[in-house]
Amino acid sequence: MSLTAEKITYSYNEGTAAERPALRGVSVFVGRGGWVSVVGHTGSGKSTLAQHLNLLLTPKSGKIEIDGKTAVPGSSGARELRRKVGLVFQYPETQFFAETVREEIGFAPSNWGLKKDELEDCVRAAAAAAGLTPEVLESNPFRLSGGQRRRVAIASVIAMKPDYLVLDEPTAGLDAAGVRDLTRMLNEIRAGGLAVVQVTHDLKSALEHSDMMLVLEKGREIYAGTPEETASYLAEHPVKGLVLPPLVRFAGRMRQSGFDIPIISGIPAMLGALSEGARRI
Amino acid sequence: MGKDPIISIRGAVYSYKGAPSPALCGADLEVLPGEWVALLGANGSGKSTLAKICNALLEPTQGDCFSLSMDCRDPACVPLIRQGAALVFQNPDDQIVASIVEEDVAFGPENLGLTSGEIRRRVDRALELTGLSEHRRRGSHSLSGGQKQRLALAGALALEPKVLILDEATSMLDPEGRAALLECLRELNASGMTLIQITHIMEDIARAGRIAVMQSGRIVWDGLPADFWRGEYLRFGFDEPGELALYRELISRKMIPEGTRPIAEDMAEALCL
Ligand SMILES: Nc1ncnc2c1ncn2[C@@H]1O[C@H](COP(=O)(O)OP(=O)(O)OP(=O)(O)O)[C@@H](O)[C@H]1O
Ligand SMILES: Nc1ncnc2c1ncn2[C@@H]1O[C@H](COP(=O)(O)OP(=O)(O)OP(=O)(O)O)[C@@H](O)[C@H]1O
Ligand SMILES: [Mg+2]
Ligand SMILES: [Mg+2]
Repeated sequence: MSLTAEKITYSYNEGTAAERPALRGVSVFVGRGGWVSVVGHTGSGKSTLAQHLNLLLTPKSGKIEIDGKTAVPGSSGARELRRKVGLVFQYPETQFFAETVREEIGFAPSNWGLKKDELEDCVRAAAAAAGLTPEVLESNPFRLSGGQRRRVAIASVIAMKPDYLVLDEPTAGLDAAGVRDLTRMLNEIRAGGLAVVQVTHDLKSALEHSDMMLVLEKGREIYAGTPEETASYLAEHPVKGLVLPPLVRFAGRMRQSGFDIPIISGIPAMLGALSEGARRI
Repeated sequence: MGKDPIISIRGAVYSYKGAPSPALCGADLEVLPGEWVALLGANGSGKSTLAKICNALLEPTQGDCFSLSMDCRDPACVPLIRQGAALVFQNPDDQIVASIVEEDVAFGPENLGLTSGEIRRRVDRALELTGLSEHRRRGSHSLSGGQKQRLALAGALALEPKVLILDEATSMLDPEGRAALLECLRELNASGMTLIQITHIMEDIARAGRIAVMQSGRIVWDGLPADFWRGEYLRFGFDEPGELALYRELISRKMIPEGTRPIAEDMAEALCL
């Protein structure tokens, strides 16, 4: 069971004077329980890729496969497949349409023929998973603070019970507790078999939490690998827009000086190595 | 000589229509000219509401609010305050008004009644500072998320305000873009611009001279960064940036000399790495 994008190419306004190539042969693979982080500079094509994964955009060439089935744009099969992939947009307001948070979160489950109290349980569980208190359920989603809107957007996609969850900058606007809770929640639902694709500018979180990373530059896939491999690659190859987090840069300096520590290390490991003077040479 | 505050808010109360509880319940904030204040707080604590009060976009239901020595309640002052204490919105879509990038940036200066030469100078500079020059002729709504955020910032910079209020204005920028923006803010602040910076990213407030913390519609802590990082941050549930945590450990073990800056590269140099 997997979500695969194979050599996706896409241009906005194709065939017009305003044509803008946004993706040039980008591939992604995520299996059940996996967590892939997509990173890259502003305008590198991350959101365009996210919208392909949930079949909102149709590639000019290349294909999207969900659980082994190729998504044929516009077909009834594609609608079926699309339900398996939930997308949380970069700006949460993009996806809001309802008058109340309850209605917003309950939209997908309300089509499942649930009893009233089952639906309410479903809404409350999704709200709680995103760190929303029940009082907010009566509010208009457009009349909330930025971080509260982000939580509603996440809750309404969780409530769809997708098999694949695509999140576009989900931590932007969340407070520290929100970021911690989101990470914990994603790991919990991952343990239940759901797969996560996260677009993020937060390299620290991507390096710490994902099991694979994809680096984009100007619509091209320039690196794919585990967080350790990606950090080592980025330490040696400057990529537009990306700067490694300070502690990773510090660990890089230690490694260059012969210390035998992983590129993604915690402070205790660094201090331990430094005080032992544990240089290889 | 004591300076008069450029922003002075006392006992501000604000309730949104139909909201179950007030968003601000007695917030006090005083900012001196040339200061760089970081405004922190949990989701829903009232930061954006307070920012809109400073910028005279919202009028407090109780309390006093003066921006640039003008009363925010005086309708004659409101337009002057909005230009002189410019606000970069949390969501750029709330701010983008024109369909072409450069026209959007020109919108503010045009309303100031400047000469066309001056408008052009300001637009060019704002686009340059935000790295949007190559996109100037593009449709505002066809930009990527981070490009839109830069556009919102450019629009505020083109007003050449005395006070710049940034409501999470770096949340969608890539790491390099964030660093460049912070450097740009440092220069603007050095040349006298007062900054109020709202953010959840603790790495971004390294240059602020003061930190104010909001909780449930009030400012509950206000002081120097050194005091904040000495322990207060824990009380409010913030995360310490990794660089600072490493710095503290290295200093307490006397592995690096006092006076080393808490920057990864400087600490590595000090350790001869
Ligand atoms: N609707 C659109 N019409 C035309 N061009 C677009 C449109 N949306 C995005 N683009 C362009 O396509 C490219 C890729 O945009 P995309 O939104 O995928 O970038 P991104 O990596 O998500 O950037 P960010 O980090 O700023 O959100 C950019 O050059 C962008 O300006
Ligand atoms: N337009 C609105 N209508 C009604 N209530 C609102 C509106 N905007 C915000 N609120 C409420 O006012 C309170 C303060 O919101 P505010 O936007 O000032 O918070 P914030 O500190 O900026 O939070 P965040 O970090 O999430 O952006 C919250 O409880 C929020 O739900
Ligand atoms: Mg994007
Ligand atoms: Mg806010």
